[in-house]
Amino acid sequence: MAKDIQGVGLGIASRFAGSEFARKFGLRKPAEKLAYAGTKKGFEVIGQMVAKKAAKKGDAQILLPEPSKHGLFDLTLSEEQQMIKDTVRSYAEEVVRGLAHDANEAMTLPDTFLQDIMDLGLNFFSVPESLGGAAQAYSPTTSAIIAEELAWGDFSLAYATLAPVAVANAIVKWGTDAQKEKYLPAYLAETPVQAAIAVQEPAALFNPAKLSTKAKKTKTGFEISGVKTLVPFGGNANMYLVAARYKRKNRLFLVPGDAPGLSWKAAPAMGLRAVATGTLTMEKAPLSSDALLGGKDFDYQTFIDLGQLHWCALAIGACQAALDHLIPYVNEREAFGEPISHRQSVAFMVANIGIELESMRLMVWRAAALAEMGKPFHREAYLAQLLCADKAMEIGTNAVQLLGGHGFTKEHPAERWYRDLRILACINGGMHL
Amino acid sequence: MINLENPKKFRALVNQARQVAENVFRPISRKYDRSEHAYPVELDMLAAIMDGMNDGTTGEGAGAGKLKQDNKAKKEGVQNGTNMSTVLSLAELCWGDVGLSLTLPRQGLGNAAIAAVADDEQFARFGNKWAAMAITEPGFGSDSAAVRTTAVRDGDEYVINGEKIYVTSGERADCVVVWASVDRSLGRAAIKSFIVEKGTPGMDIVRLEKKLGIKASDTAAITFTDCRIPASNLLGDPEVNVEKGFAGVMQTFDNTRPVVAAMAVGVAKASIDRTREILRKLKVKADYSTPFKLTSQLEAQLYRYEAEWEAARLLTLKAAWMADNGMPNSMEASMAKAKAGRTANAITLGCVEMLGTLGYGEEEMLEKWARDSKILDIFEGTQQIQQLIVARRLLGKSSAELK
Repeated sequence: MAKDIQGVGLGIASRFAGSEFARKFGLRKPAEKLAYAGTKKGFEVIGQMVAKKAAKKGDAQILLPEPSKHGLFDLTLSEEQQMIKDTVRSYAEEVVRGLAHDANEAMTLPDTFLQDIMDLGLNFFSVPESLGGAAQAYSPTTSAIIAEELAWGDFSLAYATLAPVAVANAIVKWGTDAQKEKYLPAYLAETPVQAAIAVQEPAALFNPAKLSTKAKKTKTGFEISGVKTLVPFGGNANMYLVAARYKRKNRLFLVPGDAPGLSWKAAPAMGLRAVATGTLTMEKAPLSSDALLGGKDFDYQTFIDLGQLHWCALAIGACQAALDHLIPYVNEREAFGEPISHRQSVAFMVANIGIELESMRLMVWRAAALAEMGKPFHREAYLAQLLCADKAMEIGTNAVQLLGGHGFTKEHPAERWYRDLRILACINGGMHL
Repeated sequence: MINLENPKKFRALVNQARQVAENVFRPISRKYDRSEHAYPVELDMLAAIMDGMNDGTTGEGAGAGKLKQDNKAKKEGVQNGTNMSTVLSLAELCWGDVGLSLTLPRQGLGNAAIAAVADDEQFARFGNKWAAMAITEPGFGSDSAAVRTTAVRDGDEYVINGEKIYVTSGERADCVVVWASVDRSLGRAAIKSFIVEKGTPGMDIVRLEKKLGIKASDTAAITFTDCRIPASNLLGDPEVNVEKGFAGVMQTFDNTRPVVAAMAVGVAKASIDRTREILRKLKVKADYSTPFKLTSQLEAQLYRYEAEWEAARLLTLKAAWMADNGMPNSMEASMAKAKAGRTANAITLGCVEMLGTLGYGEEEMLEKWARDSKILDIFEGTQQIQQLIVARRLLGKSSAELK
């Protein structure tokens, strides 16, 4: 069943290029680039294999790839990352941004949004090659880049797109082989998966390490009870990945959206309105025997950290969008006979947005890169989350401020960024790089 | 490939700098803070070691002396070079003492200017000398284009007249790189830099400043009265190019601002480390185990300082990385300097506040670090100048539009 990488790449790209909005928004070129990348990657892999074989025969030392670049400080995206970034940004710019206002007002995803975005192929990049996907390796930095670029279009719609991907990422990272084989192929099907991670509970001073949601073992599997808040998809999710206390440990359970004992209540919030947030109540919901994600190597803190970093990456995208929106505004808006950007009080606010935005990005990239290398990154994630929560809100509030009264109205997206960015300091879970 | 860890190849160098900071600077730090203007004789020995460090690492040294925007021969692949090694090791040295780091022989900012723009002949003559930098005058600080000091060509010589203040190591250095105008009617384009050797008739050290901090570093006021220097001491292009303007002399800043940012990173880390050490004995662990919102106020403050410090550090590394790879980095250099300068000042002052009279007293070094850090948000361009530069770049504005 496993296609080779070139096949997968071509499959995604041609499906994308043939889609209605690719035609409408002129996105075929990026898609072609992506196909090229898939092909090129294939050749590279073959090249490496040939080199390895040759190395075994002759003088191994000489033929091995030169390792001198290893361990250098580097901010260069790989060719593949750059192409994914460009493609996702075009989509965010041409499609997502235009849908954001109405989706927020209607408090629901646009009709074909999830179906359309399937064609971007992001799902493929969360499923390993061995299972028919396009992911060569688990890559938190690539996930962070995707989140940033999508959230540049809209924070909520990016969350809607990536919440199911986050579940897939968690399954890839923590799941048993059997769980991967059971759950991941759904991501390669024609119909979009609606899935979300649920950790947050409705208590002030909530500590994700002290869960009220409890799971216990039964004859047929498990049983789970508890309440989770700010869960997306309006009660229509196919699956939830729920954090619960089990045998004195914090674990994750795969809970089908139609499990008995589940009830849903809409609970709109300040932001994230397009994803139709609500409260999920589980009362003695029976789960199958393979519902417990992963085994002994599961590390709850790492799971939480990867989630917070994913939110941070979304925030970077929204903050970049705010900066990109503000620059032409303050240059064009005139007061006292000149553009307001000629005033230092305005210009310095813009400068600080630029400085802190870059701070956020470097902090998140650092933690994500450590995670990618399999090194400890808890401290870095902790500090990145703290910095991003502070600075994202500072940027959100200054974006509204710089637009003045206009920023306070819905004629500009700044008020939406303001509401969405507040989530950074409020949420645990929901995402996973 | 994205990797924001310190490059492995500089581990030995960084460790050396740390050893110097800990074993040479720290023991004499308070001594030279108390006896301002006394020459730290211990540094002559150290300078010899530093030369060894620099020469032993194929051009990637610890001081500012070898900084260069590496845009001549484009090498293959990603580079971690002189700019990176310099910011990493200066951060370590300043963890020991900022003032002493500034007065390291042959590692002055003048050396950075010479390294950046000197031709081969000039580099042969001055490359091994200790060079200070003289820009500021009594009438201006940040507004570098307002230079009143003049350099008039007379045969094979330039005749320099004017007064310079706040010249770091102005008395101790072997020579001074002086900014002067060759024609004041032509504005900033006519500003050139000149190397004046110590002892040149007409150059007089008139005063050493008494300061808030970095007392180990001497800060001189120098007058130039009909001071004659060889015409070949002009750095860079002698032609006045109104189109190109100021770019030549300003280019040095792209390399030196990340270095000053690194100094700020170093002194801020000193404060964080010592404060953590003291608080640990009082059972304040701050080990990232409790969600941020549920921590004590004290721990939360420590975490915030650490997060801001990491951000400043990473911005500094980015600016240096760009310079090493020949990318234009004016905006990033200013971002790093703005963030690191204000962050270091806030952290060092905040650590004093946290520890109360213990932090305020001279028994601890924290009060000194809080005094030393202030200059790092001022020299090589104040906080406000850095913000102006960043704003102009982001907004696409000229200095005439965004004043």
